Amino acid sequence: MVDLSVDIGGLTLKNPIMPASGTFSEELSEVFDLELLGAHVTKTITRGLRDGNPTPRVCEVNGSMLNSIGIPSKGVGAFLEKVVPFYRQYETPLVVSISGNTEEEFATLCAEVSVDGVDAVEVNISCPNIEEDGKAFAIRPSSTASVMRQLRAATSLPLWAKLTPNTGETSEVARAAEDEGANALVVSNTLLSMSIDVRTRRPMLGNLMGGLSGPGLKPVALRMAYQCARATRIPVIGCGGVSTVEDVVEYLIAGATAVQVGTATFIHPTIMPRLISELELWVENEGLRSVRDLIGSVIDDEQAEAVVFMEAAP
Amino acid sequence: MVALDKIDPRAEMPAAKIAELDLQVLANTPVNSEYRQLILRAPKDLLESCRAGQFFHLLCPDAGGEHPYLRRPMSIYGYYPDRGELHFLYKVTGRGTRALGELVPGDALGVVGPLGVPFRIESDWRNLVLVARGVGLATLAPLALEAQRRGIRVTAICSARHPDYLMSIDNFRAMGADVVTITDAEGTSSTQNLRAILEDLVAGGAADALYTCGSNRMLKVVQQVARDHDIAGQIALEQQMACGIGMCHCCVRPFRRDGVIANLRVCREGPVFAIEEAIAW
Ligand SMILES: Cc1cc2nc3c(=O)[nH]c(=O)nc-3n(C[C@H](O)[C@H](O)[C@H](O)COP(=O)(O)O)c2cc1C
Ligand code: FES
Repeated sequence: MVDLSVDIGGLTLKNPIMPASGTFSEELSEVFDLELLGAHVTKTITRGLRDGNPTPRVCEVNGSMLNSIGIPSKGVGAFLEKVVPFYRQYETPLVVSISGNTEEEFATLCAEVSVDGVDAVEVNISCPNIEEDGKAFAIRPSSTASVMRQLRAATSLPLWAKLTPNTGETSEVARAAEDEGANALVVSNTLLSMSIDVRTRRPMLGNLMGGLSGPGLKPVALRMAYQCARATRIPVIGCGGVSTVEDVVEYLIAGATAVQVGTATFIHPTIMPRLISELELWVENEGLRSVRDLIGSVIDDEQAEAVVFMEAAP
Repeated sequence: MVALDKIDPRAEMPAAKIAELDLQVLANTPVNSEYRQLILRAPKDLLESCRAGQFFHLLCPDAGGEHPYLRRPMSIYGYYPDRGELHFLYKVTGRGTRALGELVPGDALGVVGPLGVPFRIESDWRNLVLVARGVGLATLAPLALEAQRRGIRVTAICSARHPDYLMSIDNFRAMGADVVTITDAEGTSSTQNLRAILEDLVAGGAADALYTCGSNRMLKVVQQVARDHDIAGQIALEQQMACGIGMCHCCVRPFRRDGVIANLRVCREGPVFAIEEAIAW
């Protein structure tokens, strides 16, 4: 038996496979036993009610997808009444994803969801849809630091900061989050994108722009996971385009401690339990005792630090 | 690598209600110049869990130069546990259905399902009226099958541009339904005529419930008749989908529910809705 367990800032997960926020819900329990997962991560909620964006809310592009769901939210009350109790029936740690339009609102919500049954708070400081023109806290180190300070003060639960690829300062943002008390980094959210129907000349999404996810995002998110693992001492959770066990292993080698699976679940709803058994086999076939032996095992010793932290075109 | 078949979720997880599996194509043939019928071999227990109005989420193949990424929802056209067959009727309109059109017998097709809320048939309903146009016929067809299995009478009002495009009529007749055809070419498909036909059925006591799918114009007529005579009505609706099981919220449409206009997920709260909740589009 190989050991698949990993430690995310004091929280032990039985394996490093968990869903990405917004691509997972209670309904998936009708497909497989959710107890198999390393953690449960809920869709981002806001404090108040929100409707979400106009349809169409998704489109496909070259083997990947764009979405502009927005954050439709039934509010924190409904979440605490219905969603948290559902996940209490599982031993698997529950990670609650939250967002806010202002630091204060964000921090208030963070305190409100810090209840029994919640094991960590994932703070979505990167959602490209909520703030005007896709701007988000995690674009700049200063706004990251400022909101993380408030969030840290609002809860004693582990805080996972979910970063955005829509920045040129990945390492600096990662360090700002770490300095202000983040216990882990989730890398990353979707990349702001666009697609136009050339016949009708209309944007494919009702919201005009949306976030790229799926295999097309993977090299970007992998690069960021690598940068964040090099730039900080806190665990990095890779997220973006994970669809095969090779993708999982690649993130771990790059320095991630665990991965989140998003869009791949839409294509294959049973993908996560499949990845868990395939990862177990992979680790065994490599002759390793623990999946942790893969983490950060990238052979990059020839490279200068300058290249590692590069944010410009090569 | 672990073989796919080793992790059949139905085998390993008895509580699971939604299956993800590969089915074998038995036939994929044109029905007319626009529509094709796809027949898959399916396990009996899967077919027994199907209900009229539900759909499957299909993983369209990379074929014919097409590389569809997301799955495509497809209404069940027929399910036959005894024959081990699952049927779909589809119109080739885009990337996904063009790729589906390339499937040949022996190919495997990935399916997830059955999904969604099915049509409701109350035990005291004796006469069902189906009103469908275009691909809506495919969605309502299994309702006639279910009615026949329960010994309930069905009147199917089938609408099309031209008599040549009237599909499924023989299928409806074979299932014991009375078929009424209305077409644009013959000038019989107007809302006034549809309304008159429905009023006649209601007056004759031959309409305990109304079902529709596929046309905005028909929705409005059926909605009116249902309201005027206090008859239960249901409609199956479509919307673009990504996950198909309720996780992503991309498939919402507005509905009148509990006194407000609410965004509901067509894949989860639907695809079948009470007719009075539907909002014409
Ligand atoms: C339909 C959809 C909805 C999403 N909703 C959220 C969300 O509410 N909060 C969030 O932090 N990320 C959200 N994401 C981003 C994912 O969590 C993930 O970061 C991104 O999709 C990249 O991973 P993937 O390529 O595996 O999908 C969403 C993604 C998709 C496709
Ligand atoms: S298609 Fe994802 S919620 Fe309906």
